[in-house]
Amino acid sequence: MSDAAATLKSLPQSGGFNNSPLAQWVKANLFPNWWSTVITLVLTYFILKFLFGALSWSLFNAVWSIEGTDTEVCRELKGIGACWALIAEKHRFILFGTYPFQEHWRPALLIVVFLVLYGLSTVRALWNYWLGVVWAAGLLSIGILMWGGVFGLRFVEQERWGGLPITLMLATFGIALAFPLGILLALGRRSDMPAIKAICVAYIELIRGVPLISLLFMASVMLPLFLPEGLTIDKLLRAQIAIILFAAAYLAEVVRGGLQAIPKGQYEAADALGLSYWKKTGFIVLPQALKIVIPPLVNTFIGLFKDTSLVLIIGIYDLLNAAKTSTIEPKWQGFSIEAYVFVSIIYFVFCFAMSKYSQKIEAELSHTHKH
Amino acid sequence: MASIPRSRPAPPSIKLSLSDPVVRAIVFQVLVVGGVALLVWYLVSNTMANMEARKIASGFGFLNREAGFAISEHSIDYSPADSYFRALVVGVLNTLIVAILGIILATILGTIIGIGRLAKNWLISQICSVYIEVMRNLPLALQLVFWYYAVILENLPSAREAHNPLPGVFVSSRGIMVPVPANDPTYGWMLIACLIGIVGTVLLSRWAKARQAATGQQFPMLRAAAGLILGLPLLAWLAGGAPTVLDWPELRGFNFQGGGTLTPEFAALLIGLVTYTAAFVAEIVRSGILAVSHGQTEASSALGLKRGLTLRLVILPQALRVIIPPMISQYLNITKNSSLAVLIGYPDLVSIANTTLNQTGQAIEGIGIIMMVYLTVSLSIAAFGNWYNKRIALTER
Repeated sequence: MSDAAATLKSLPQSGGFNNSPLAQWVKANLFPNWWSTVITLVLTYFILKFLFGALSWSLFNAVWSIEGTDTEVCRELKGIGACWALIAEKHRFILFGTYPFQEHWRPALLIVVFLVLYGLSTVRALWNYWLGVVWAAGLLSIGILMWGGVFGLRFVEQERWGGLPITLMLATFGIALAFPLGILLALGRRSDMPAIKAICVAYIELIRGVPLISLLFMASVMLPLFLPEGLTIDKLLRAQIAIILFAAAYLAEVVRGGLQAIPKGQYEAADALGLSYWKKTGFIVLPQALKIVIPPLVNTFIGLFKDTSLVLIIGIYDLLNAAKTSTIEPKWQGFSIEAYVFVSIIYFVFCFAMSKYSQKIEAELSHTHKH
Repeated sequence: MASIPRSRPAPPSIKLSLSDPVVRAIVFQVLVVGGVALLVWYLVSNTMANMEARKIASGFGFLNREAGFAISEHSIDYSPADSYFRALVVGVLNTLIVAILGIILATILGTIIGIGRLAKNWLISQICSVYIEVMRNLPLALQLVFWYYAVILENLPSAREAHNPLPGVFVSSRGIMVPVPANDPTYGWMLIACLIGIVGTVLLSRWAKARQAATGQQFPMLRAAAGLILGLPLLAWLAGGAPTVLDWPELRGFNFQGGGTLTPEFAALLIGLVTYTAAFVAEIVRSGILAVSHGQTEASSALGLKRGLTLRLVILPQALRVIIPPMISQYLNITKNSSLAVLIGYPDLVSIANTTLNQTGQAIEGIGIIMMVYLTVSLSIAAFGNWYNKRIALTER
């Protein structure tokens, strides 16, 4: 019976919708046989139901603003409509923490500077010496913007920094400083010198064997004990050091993967040319090795960007902690979902952009390899 | 490269010169090791001076002192009067419980999603890929606080108005309550029977393999294994009088009594870890399946193997070779990520060690214990993984 029906359906029909490419695609991918059809219909029902629920919660039934300080409207609609009034009131706090309100243009500008730097760095045509100069200038301007104290800018102490700038700074400086350290560790692990190799292996395995949280705890409670009396480092810098030390071990393993993928002939050719170790590494091996590992490197960057959210455990006001704190006020209690959805979108945009970029590079690289 | 000078004829007299690579390597290593040693000595001496100045005790003597804090979840007996050592053991066990359950559940969910990602049905593969993208691109810490604060604490009803999806199952902001079998010695015997069954299966499969290699005769291993692993506990259950009494959760006052409880902290941590890691597992499974070329399937069906046998004897062994190494690193990640429990108040090793170091002020010992435990677990999982990987690796000529 069903066979006969299938044969009938597969008979060529003259023109019309059934023969259009769209119809063929729909038939092949959504309704190829009876059980797939059932699955498609059931899933469509649930997707529509979910979409309708999500849309009515987030748009149709949402409360966009409240009058005065009364959140009763939101409470009545809890579970039915989102209370975006929370974001309307608290978005500055979530994005910039307790940074002085009049000076909010400074962290906002900082975010723009970071975005421009990231954007420039994705263009492969610009990967040269000048990009380094632009980065140095960018990071300098970031320091000036956040601290102030020069050019008539008001000085803002580090305790008041917060929100998205903290997340971006921890991630960017973490990557920028961990990267050279990671390369050195990877080279050390591949070295012929037993003592160097042992130190690098021990460091990498030790760091990769423990959770980042334990390193952050170490930075927050133990680092002050390590330093001579009188010398103190503030909390943010301590967290930054922990993140750099942590990321370096992971980056080292990624770079090592690239080093191992370089054919032995390249090393031997460089030796035959009489290049010194550092010339061989810098001009022959590393450029090729790093190119291979760009996709996993970007994945490590994504992981590091997400991991910066752990600093909330040692009480630093990054984006996640600011969102968590924004609903502590009694009148906003119970509306965490809205705050978390807001920061989720920010995290997602950054991470998704990075992962799309890594896929693009991967496609380009596999293309050039084929030639 | 140390190999270059060796290939030259040996110089008649030993001349120490920096242009000799061997000498240079030795000098360089001595300098680096010396530098590291100097740094360590500097840090240690600073620490000693600081600890003396701040009157911080050192050593592990505190482990025998009374802990004095309560732990909400413990799988062994524990009270605040017990020692710090016992408290830390409770923490280690809690970490292991959540890590092991997380590994099992994330593997199952991730495999389903990974296969779903390859489904011919466009809707299924799209849903799976949206799931993977969303989960992979949001920080785990964010997902955990979302599940704990936003979902469980703020949006689940109170115990009095708990959701009751199945008879005896209650979902509320106090956690998830389920009926569990009432305490009975028979269950202990069933566990022992199950262990005997597993050991028996391993021995039997060795014998069956040896026999097949020698005589070519096959042994119905699957049925025998099922009989041993499931049948023996069933026999034990029947022998114990087939106890069927369940302990039902019941609402008394403001909370439930009896039954088994998944606390909000445990539930949030487990859900967060599993849903997050499953996205990574799914990608690993997908790439493993894609790595086996279609020709393999065709060749085995040309040999006349049935679909089940093709999957078991041809596809899976090859896919596993690609899947196992990254999977092990995901298992390590689950174990390490379970330390995020401290964010939502689940008493894992990190949060108990943190309480300990806050109470005793012995930060170095506290963090040292955390690191040692995680290192031990990480290195043992890695060692097991390497052993297994070596066993299934391609044996090339």
